[in-house]
Formats: sequence, C-alpha cells, structure tokens
Amino acid sequence: MMDALGRPQSVLLLGGTSDIGLAVVARYLDGRPLRVVLAARDSPRLKEAVAQLSSRGAVVETVEFDAAEPQTHAAALAPCFAQGDIDLAIVAFGLLPDQRAAMADQATAVRTASVNYTGAVSVGVVLAQAMTAQGHGVIIALSSVAGERPRPANFVYGSAKAGMSAFYDGLADSLIGTGVRVVVVRAGFVRSRMTAHLSAPPLAGTPERAAAAITEAVWRGRAVAWTPGSARVLAAVIRALPRRVLRRLPF
Amino acid sequence: MTTARPLTGWGRVAPTNARVLTGADDTTLAAAVREAGPRGVLARGAGRAYGDAAQNSGGVVADMTHRNRILHLDEVGGVVHAEAGVTVDALLRAVVPRGWCLPVVPGSAHVTVGGAIAADVHGKNHRHGGAFGGHVLAFDLLTADGQVRQVRPAAEPEIFWATLGGMGLTGIVLRAALRLVRLRTAWATVVQRRITGLDALLTGLDTAQGPDEHVVARIDLSGPRVRGVLSHARPAATADVPPRHRAQPLAYVASRPLPCPPLPGALLSKPTTLAAANGVLRVAAPPVTTRVLPLAAFLFPLDRIVAWNRVYGRHGFVQHQFVVPPDALDVLGAALRVLAAGPGGVPLAVLKRLGPGDAGLLSFPMDGWTLAADMPAAPSLAPLLGRLDDLVARAGGRVYLAKDSSLSARHMARMYPRLPEFREIRRTLDPQGVFRSDLARRLSL
Repeated sequence: MMDALGRPQSVLLLGGTSDIGLAVVARYLDGRPLRVVLAARDSPRLKEAVAQLSSRGAVVETVEFDAAEPQTHAAALAPCFAQGDIDLAIVAFGLLPDQRAAMADQATAVRTASVNYTGAVSVGVVLAQAMTAQGHGVIIALSSVAGERPRPANFVYGSAKAGMSAFYDGLADSLIGTGVRVVVVRAGFVRSRMTAHLSAPPLAGTPERAAAAITEAVWRGRAVAWTPGSARVLAAVIRALPRRVLRRLPF
Repeated sequence: MTTARPLTGWGRVAPTNARVLTGADDTTLAAAVREAGPRGVLARGAGRAYGDAAQNSGGVVADMTHRNRILHLDEVGGVVHAEAGVTVDALLRAVVPRGWCLPVVPGSAHVTVGGAIAADVHGKNHRHGGAFGGHVLAFDLLTADGQVRQVRPAAEPEIFWATLGGMGLTGIVLRAALRLVRLRTAWATVVQRRITGLDALLTGLDTAQGPDEHVVARIDLSGPRVRGVLSHARPAATADVPPRHRAQPLAYVASRPLPCPPLPGALLSKPTTLAAANGVLRVAAPPVTTRVLPLAAFLFPLDRIVAWNRVYGRHGFVQHQFVVPPDALDVLGAALRVLAAGPGGVPLAVLKRLGPGDAGLLSFPMDGWTLAADMPAAPSLAPLLGRLDDLVARAGGRVYLAKDSSLSARHMARMYPRLPEFREIRRTLDPQGVFRSDLARRLSL
C-alpha cells in the first residue's frame, strides 16, 4: 500500500534495466522494505540491477518480459499481482534507434513502433485492469518530448512516443474514480544508457534528476511530469514553430 | 446498495477505491461476508481513524453509520445496548440526562461504538479508568462463516480480546452492550496550569487519583524548554454548576459545531502559522485557571470545529501517536527533540499518562507516556517518523494503529509482541481471510 507519505511498498519496473526506472526505484528505497519486480529480458545488466537493489535492502524478483511480444504480457504480469498488490508500476522500456537507420531498414522502424507504442499500450491495458481490481495504484509512463511534435531528426521514435503519450493521457482520464492514477513523463534529453551514443545538448538531465521530478509528480498527484524542467519550454517552442521552419531543424 | 468510491481516513491521505455497501441489515451483511471476493470485506464506522484502518481497496467496505439505534438502556443496572453505528455523541445525549455516562470516551465524540471497539480507544482517564474494552460487556460479531455469535469476555476471551483493538479484522461488530457509570452533573471542573519544563509536566500528568479524573497536557515544543498547559478535570458537584444550569445539572450540553473557516492554501501546514499557533497557546493561558465546563467542551475540544482535518490542505496530515514505558523518559525527551526539529515546523502535541494495558492483543494503551502530534503529510517527514518509530520500538513502546498511516511491518512486529497470537486466532476464525483492510495489507497483519 502507498502510505501517508506517498511511499509505495511494491514497485513493478517494466523495462527492468531502464536507468530512469531504476533511479525512481532507488528514490523509493530509503532503507524500508520494498518489493521490487524487474520485468525484462534476461541480461547481465539485469543481474547487476538485481544485485544492486538487493544490496540496498530491496526484496527483488525478476519476471521474463519482452516488450515486443504483447501476446505474452498478460501471462507474464499476472504472477506479479498474484503475489501481492503492486502499488506503483513504471513503463520504462523503449527503443531509440538512429533515425536514418530506421528509415533505411524497415524492420528497425517497425520494431521501434511496436515496442514503444504497441508494447506500451499492451502493458497499459494489463496494468489498468489489475490495478482497477485492487482499487489503487500508480502507473508511471516514461514518454518523451519527442512525442509532442515529431521532428525530421527523430520522427520514427517521436511518432511512437506521440502515440504512447496520447494513450496514457487518455488512460489517466479514463481511470479517474477507480483509485488508479497515471503520470505521463515527458522526458527531454536525459543522459542514460539509451542516449549514450548521442552527444548531449545543453540542459541535458540525469536519471536521478528525472527520478526526483517523477516522484514529486506522483506525490503532487500530477498527470504530467516534465524532466528536465526545460523540456516543457522546449516542447512549447517546437509546437509553436511553423512547419517550414520545423522541417529545417538540424536536431 | 453498493457504490464504488474512493475512501480515506480522517487524515485524508492515501485514498483507495472500494465498493461501499450502505444500508445493509444483518442478513445482507452476512450475505456480503459469505460472498466476499478475493479482496474481502471490512466494516467502517465514522471514518475517524486517521490512516487506512477503515479502507479496503478493491474490496467491500460495509458502512455501518446508518445502524445507529440505541436498543435498550438499563437505567437501574447502568447498561446500554446499542448498534455498532451509534456514535459516542448520540450515546452521551441519551444516557447523560438520565444520570449515566460512558466510563471511557475518546477525544472525539464522533466515533462509533464499532470503531471504539475495533481500536480499543482510550480517554484522558486511562491511568485509572482503563480502555474502552474494559467496559464492553458483550457484542454480536458477524464472523467469516456468515454466522453471528455473541461474544462475552468471560465465555470467549480469545475472540473478545482479539476483537478489542483488532481493527475490524476478526469480523463485523453488529451490536454491543456497554457498562455505564453514575454521573451527578453533566459538567466538569477543569483546572488548567501553565507549566514549563518536561519533568514538571510529567509530574502534573501523574496526579490523577481515580477513574473519573481526566488529565492531559498540550505542549509547545518551539522553545528551548518544553512548555505546556496541563488540564485536570473531575466531575463537577451540583453546587459548582453554573447557576443558569443548576436546575437541570444533567442536561447534556453538546459542543456547538462551528464550520472550519475556509483557510487559504493549507494555512496550518506552513511552519510560520504553526509557530504562531504555538505562540498563542503560550500567551493566552494565565498561570492557573479554574473553570466549570460542559463535559463535551472538555472531552471533545476539536469537535467544536466541523471538518478540522481540512486545515492541513490537500495532502492531508498524519497524527502520530506513540506510547513509551513509564521509565523511558530519555526516549520521550529524544522523541520530543526529533519532533521539534521536524521539517514542517513545530507541531502541536498532546501528552498523557496511560495506565496498565488490557488483554487486547493489538490494543494500543499500555502503562506509560503517550504523545500525539499532528503534522501535514509530506515525503519529507519520512526520516522523522522513521527515527520516532525506531526510538519507540527500541524502548518497548508502540504506535497507535488507529492513527497510523506510515508504520512498516517490521516495526509493527516489534511493537506488538502479541501479533502472532492475533494471527493465530484470525486464522482459526477467518481461514480464507475474508476480513481485510489496507492497514492489514500495509502492516502484513
């Protein structure tokens, strides 16, 4: 159960090796017993995350989970809820391919769309059902400012994130009155494993700062969290740009 | 009738959704219990527990407040039979004019009889008067098998003392028979003293001589030394009743509720306001005052403000109450220092002396000093409450479950050593776990 100070007792991280996701879990750890379920494909990084969280006192479980296989999602997640309530779930999986590579290789583009959008919709429905049944819960959807208005430099990724943001915004409103809340995170550039191959722009955020903004939004009951704070301004500017300017943007 | 809606406790924190069953008679309740789904059933009274004790997310919550009939008053023997949804206020209005009173009342008259049993509530006379459970003669309990059994402390002590303080997890209390005590007037003689220094306050709190003496101290932690106002009340003699009321000294004068003024932006959650409130407490009280007050005005001071829980703003508040053994004065002092250094300003706190506990397996009261403090809920409170829980658990004390909304299961097990016995009785009475609550989930009861 979420307590009076907004601390969950159990967290489900979908995309169990996400830097931002793990940073959110770390903020909730705080020396108290916390059940953490990491849903991901098996990997050395996953083992590392398990070891690190366990050493900080969390009770960690792992669930074999592939975001690209939506038909397996319901069966994969059912045991997490069967073993006790999930107070907070973080939808943190995602692919960020190089735009040119995605346009050169159809399979890469399709995979990006199916993980970032179809996968996100799939777990969103499963989580909403399970949490509505338990009468409480918070879903954190890690989306991106890239979805606010896809640009030439990232519209494959951006279009999938636009769909994800739209789905979770709608989900948030549809769940009002059920005890379940949704926070849609519109993240700007955050230095993490996913963006390691890119050169960071000025004002880039860190996973820890993103996690702070996310936990604050959960406590405040906000439906949207912007991180870093500049992402909100950037999104407003990009939304306001005329199309002929937008299409000439170098980034 | 069942409607799905979010519920919180009086502290207005951590809402969860439940299907709320209202207007149910015994048969409907028994059916709801027999047909309970995996998320179970829980009775809810007035919703005056501060935390999640009367919430059952995803399950059924049986609202008992409409079951508010007083069934029988034995004016000779001093016994009242009432439904579980009757409030203490309604009982006092009925019995006081006839010269009777409940021997133990909590700090709010709005709690129901069922809630008072579930939390085994205590009053300001616990030192010699004991807790609510000591005056319950019997109750009807709807158990997980859908049967109603009459539970008396002598015949079925295990179920009785698992239910007293059992937070509603043994079944649904339908009706109860309560012992009353004689009353000469509906007034109390209240002596208030301004006292500086913790030792002097504690000495003053220890002066109660009998079960009809109520002692409490409101304390101000903002200065270098603890300051407080010690209130000592005893029943007023007829001669002391104000002349205007002397003809009918037993007429019950209930607190006239004033609506809480609409305060801008969670006024009390601001440290400056709290400091100012503490300042008022300090300046306004002359050294010693003696007044004769209606019972309710002394016993239920906050009932005079409707919905006072709203002053803490949107995020609600926690009322943290703990008790430590009588000799753990260093722990009490340390706890006061922790509270005084809190992130949200210095809270207003209330200190009392409790007497020996009863046989309730999860009952809160035990011999020692109990402190309650209100604080606006915020994530920044976590270190403070964690330190308090550590201190209290190590000293052999405990936190009051009816007020708690932040304790961890680990501390729970240390603070309530009889928890294994409670679990055992629950396993026997309710093997499927029909009766559930958010509190039980949070603390793994």
